Amino acid sequence: MEFILGHYNYWVVIFLMMVGFYTVISRGNLVKKIVGLNIFQVSVFLLYISTSTVKGGTTPILKDGFEIYSNPLPHVLILTAIVVGVATTALALALVVRIKEAYGTIEEDEIHKQDHSL
Amino acid sequence: MTGLQGHLSLLLVVIPLLAAPIVAVLPRGRSAWAVTMLVTAICAILAGIQLWSVAHEGVISYELGGWAPPWGIEYRIDSLNAFVALIVAGIAAITLPYALLSIEKEIPKQQIPLFYSSLLLCFCGLLGITQTGDIFNVFVFLEISSLSSYALISMGRNRQALTSAYQYLIMGTIGATFFLIGVGLIYSQTGTLNIADLAERLPAVFEHRTVHTGFAFIVIGIALKLALFPLHLWLPNAYTYAPTVVTIFLAATATKVAVYLMLRVLLTVFPEHFASGTPIYDLFIILGIAGIISASVYAIYQVDIKRLLAYSSVAQIGYMVLGIGFASTLGVTATLLHLFNHALMKGALFMAVGAIIYRIDSCRMDNIHGLGRLMPWTFGALIIGGLSLIGVPGTAGFVSKWYLILAALEQQAWISVAVILVGSLLAVVYIGKIIEALYFKPTDAAHQSVKEAPLLLLVPTWTLALANIYFGLDTDLTVGVAQSAAQMLGTVTP
Repeated sequence: MEFILGHYNYWVVIFLMMVGFYTVISRGNLVKKIVGLNIFQVSVFLLYISTSTVKGGTTPILKDGFEIYSNPLPHVLILTAIVVGVATTALALALVVRIKEAYGTIEEDEIHKQDHSL
Repeated sequence: MTGLQGHLSLLLVVIPLLAAPIVAVLPRGRSAWAVTMLVTAICAILAGIQLWSVAHEGVISYELGGWAPPWGIEYRIDSLNAFVALIVAGIAAITLPYALLSIEKEIPKQQIPLFYSSLLLCFCGLLGITQTGDIFNVFVFLEISSLSSYALISMGRNRQALTSAYQYLIMGTIGATFFLIGVGLIYSQTGTLNIADLAERLPAVFEHRTVHTGFAFIVIGIALKLALFPLHLWLPNAYTYAPTVVTIFLAATATKVAVYLMLRVLLTVFPEHFASGTPIYDLFIILGIAGIISASVYAIYQVDIKRLLAYSSVAQIGYMVLGIGFASTLGVTATLLHLFNHALMKGALFMAVGAIIYRIDSCRMDNIHGLGRLMPWTFGALIIGGLSLIGVPGTAGFVSKWYLILAALEQQAWISVAVILVGSLLAVVYIGKIIEALYFKPTDAAHQSVKEAPLLLLVPTWTLALANIYFGLDTDLTVGVAQSAAQMLGTVTP
């Protein structure tokens, strides 16, 4: 029981990672794939933040009386990763818009059909 | 070191990064190209100086913003990064003169400044990966180069360019995220992101399962970027539908940087033969062999020459991975040599194909009949590139395959030796198919009046073609640098 509750964050991370990864692989809709990709990335953000906690630690501020504090570095790293994630999503959505203009659909199998009927 | 020279390593990354937004707002016309050309030329010279000073003065350590490592980001340049950075910058500087006409033909006029801006960002990202000594910084630069290359690929003329860019985006993002997970896991065990610092601290926690998991995530993430068989599915489409200049640039640099990153992780970040305690090297040999054979066979059946060469690239990556798989100094030397030589030969080949596309707007096998006789100079460069790809003595391709076979013989890996030879024979078949279509088939009536490609396309093509011959005859420079880099990595037979 301790093992399950003590690693609560990590179970959530694994669950989200698998949900996201499965969505990317299994869905044929291009927008749904991006949603899956986002969930996958968010799970990694959670992983980083979870590793930075220190038991009994406070927020990382300089003040007398607060000796133990959480590691601020993963938070900073994840801010960067979030920015990268936003850029990826924006680019992916822009591509989907262009694909919709060119093919008239965003379903993967229909796009394949159109490409192969040429 | 004083003045600007002390900031050499940083300038290589900062100049293209600052130039990218400037280029994007330049008026249409040729100014965007001129600025990009200037930037890549400066970077190539700087990379050359950097390699020279590393060779003569030893490792360069540059502290960003004066923060000492491991707290600040460090750019750490040894003979390996300096070598790869020179390949990237050199290829870019040779590709740019070629880009002027090819891009004006293939990309709508209003997109040209944006195209060069993305190209510079991609260039900056690739240089950044090679320069930096901080593993999280690697992730950031990896994404800079990847995101801009998705945009570059989507600028191709066919609508398939969009779907292949999308496909690459999905695969590439999964790869980069895997890399990020791995970095997070090893950070949680060591508390550091500096590569040199990681190398010192990781041995203490080698038994932890977290470190093994992190290692697996990082390797698979890079393997996706590397287009290691069977994770190569994005590559043929991306190379086929991207604008020719992008294909030349990515084929000659992006996968090379990924190979560099793989070497860095396997041999520097995880030191003391951590990797040989895992099944990774055996896996590399098996996947390398499978990649060489299957991708070469696929290449034979392609009707689009760009696609054929893309499959051949997957096979060549197989050779490089095979070299890493031998886990010996000789094997890594062969990988580094092939990294450089493959950039030369694929660059020359894609440029020659680009010249054909420039003239007839197509590179399908059934459209190019007899063009070799009408475009003798383009055809000549294509033959030299092809011979080098096959590995004929006197060309650069021979040197790297020779070292690869030596590395295989050293370990009595007879199957690998046989595979390298069979791979070369398969290359004879697919290069032969191109030459047959170009030279021995009668010319189509519609193409009777096709002229030789313009000089601006021919000069870069021939520069690379002649480089193939030069580095096939004079091996001191390349073998010397590759050997010193391999020894520096400290690989010993497991």
